[in-house]
Amino acid sequence: MQPVSSVGIVVPQTAHFDTPLTLKSGAVLPRYDLVYETYGTLNARKNNAILVCHALSGNHHVAGKYADSDKNPGWWDNMVGPGKPIDTDRFFVIGLNNLGGCHGSTGPASIDPVSGQPFGSRFPLVTVEDWVESQARLADRLGIRQFAAIMGGSLGGMQALHWSIHYPQRVRHCLVIASAPKLTAQNIAFNDVARQAILTDPEFHGGDFYAHDTRPRRGLRLARMLGHITYLSDDVMGSKFGRVLRSGAFNYGYDVEFEIESYLRYQGDKFAERFDANTYLLMTKALDYFDPTHHHAQPSLAAALAPATADFLVLSFTSDWRFAPERSREIVKALLDNARRVSYAEITSGHGHDAFLMPDAHYHALMQAYMERVTA
Amino acid sequence: MTRHDFQTIAGWVKPGARVLDLGCGDGTLLKYLQDERQVKGYGVELTDANILASVKHGVNVIQSDLEAGLSVFESGSFDSVILSQTLQAMRHTEPILREMLRVGREGIVTFPNFGYWKNRLQVVRGHMPVSDDIPYQWYDTPNVHLCTMADFEALCAQLGIRIRERVVMTAGKQVNFLQNLTGSLAVYRFETAR
Repeated sequence: MQPVSSVGIVVPQTAHFDTPLTLKSGAVLPRYDLVYETYGTLNARKNNAILVCHALSGNHHVAGKYADSDKNPGWWDNMVGPGKPIDTDRFFVIGLNNLGGCHGSTGPASIDPVSGQPFGSRFPLVTVEDWVESQARLADRLGIRQFAAIMGGSLGGMQALHWSIHYPQRVRHCLVIASAPKLTAQNIAFNDVARQAILTDPEFHGGDFYAHDTRPRRGLRLARMLGHITYLSDDVMGSKFGRVLRSGAFNYGYDVEFEIESYLRYQGDKFAERFDANTYLLMTKALDYFDPTHHHAQPSLAAALAPATADFLVLSFTSDWRFAPERSREIVKALLDNARRVSYAEITSGHGHDAFLMPDAHYHALMQAYMERVTA
Repeated sequence: MTRHDFQTIAGWVKPGARVLDLGCGDGTLLKYLQDERQVKGYGVELTDANILASVKHGVNVIQSDLEAGLSVFESGSFDSVILSQTLQAMRHTEPILREMLRVGREGIVTFPNFGYWKNRLQVVRGHMPVSDDIPYQWYDTPNVHLCTMADFEALCAQLGIRIRERVVMTAGKQVNFLQNLTGSLAVYRFETAR
C-alpha cells in the first residue's frame, strides 16, 4: 500500500449570496454566506467534483490543517486526501458549512444586517432540503453542473440522498453512510431530550443569549453528553472505560468517580465552549424533519426515491444503534425496488455510530474500491 | 480464466436480462455476464472479503445472508436467479429454491454431483470424496448438503419445480452418457411447474 499524505494547509473561503432563499418553512433568507473549503483541482470539464456533506456537529473543515501547529486535522482527514479513498489527486473535493451552522456560514450567531444584532431566536429553521438548495447554488457559483459523487455520513447521508432525488441529473454517484431515510421515534426522542436540556437552561434566554453575553453551557453540555452516549456502542464504552474509577475507590459522593463520567463531562465541556446552542437545536430539528416520503400521497420510500438516477453505495456499521443497519437496508430496498444500481455493505465495527469517522481498513478499502468506478 | 459452468449459464441468460447472483463470491460470474450478455443485476454475498472483491470487479453487490431469505427483493424482479456452487453450502435448501422462483422467472443452480463415479469410489474405499469440484476435507468444508443429480431432481419434483435444461460436466467437458455417474458438476435451469 502506498503511503498516504495530507492535503496540507488549507484556507477556507466564503461565498456570498444575494439571491433570497425561500426555505421549506416558508421563511426567506434574503442574503447569506456559505463558508467552504476545496481540496484537489477542478478539471477543465468541471466533472470531477465531489461534495462532502457534514453531519450534526460537523463543518466545512473536512481535511487538512490551517497551520502546521494545529493539533487536529479536518474531521474526515483519514478519508480525504492524496492517495486516500477520496483521492484529491483525482477529485476536486468540496466541504461546506451548512446554513444555520456556527463555523462561518450564516447562522443564528451571525449578525442580522437588519438589526445589527445576532439573529438568535429570529434565525429560521432550515431543513435538509434547504441545505441542498444552498449547496446547489454554491455548485452553480463554482461552475459545477454535475458532481462525480455526493456523499455524507449520518445527517450528511440524508443530504446526499436528497440530492439524488431532487437533482438527479446533478449526481452521478451517491454515497450514503451510517444514515437513515428518516428518524425513528426513538431517535427523535433522543434529539428532543437534547433540545430540552438547552431550551430549559436559564442562560439560553429564548435563543438570544448573545445579548446577555453568556451561553447555555450546561444545556449544551448535557445535550452533547447524551448524544455522545448514543454515538458509541455499549461494547466500545465497556472496553474503553469499563467500571474503572479515577481514584481507585468509591468516594460516596457525586463528583467524578468513574472514568466514563470524566470522559463524558470533558467531551461535554469542550463542545459547550466551541459550539453554538442555536445551531445544535436547528441541526437536530433538520434531522427530525427529514423524510423523503413526506407530502407524498403514498408514503413509500420506493416512490420517493423513484426520481433518483445516481449509482449508490450504502454503508452501515454493525454496532451503530442510532442509525442502525436496518435503516440503511430500508434505503437499499427502496433503491432495489427502483432497479437502481446499488451496492450495500454492513461493516463490522464496535465503534457504534462514530464508526463512519474511524479509519477502519475494510471500510476504507470498500470506499477506495467504489471510488475506482467513479470516473471524471 | 472462466469457470466451466459460466459459459453454460451465459448461454441461458438473455442479453440485457435482469439477473440476481446469489452467493456471487468475488463477482466474477456477474462481471462475466455483464461483459458477455450486458445483464443488469446484483450479487448477494455474506463475507466482507467477497463484498470488497465484488465492488472491485465493478458489480453491484448487496451484503446479506441468503439463509435469511430474499425479502429485500420484490417478487418477479428478475429474469434469472443464479445460485452457482452455493446450494450445497446452504442450510435452508428448500426455502432458497422457493425464494429463487419467487423473485425470478427462472432459476439456475450449479452444484458438485456427489454421484460422480470418482466420488462414489472414494466412498466405497471408505473415505469422504475430495475432488476438483468438492475440494474440501470433511472436517473443513462449507458444504452441508451435498447431493447427487438424482437427489436434486427428486427434490425439484417434490417442490413443483420443472427442470428446463441440464448440462453436466467433468473437467470442463460436457458429458451426456450416464450423467449421474460420469458428471462431476451439474448445471440446472428450472422454473415453477405450471
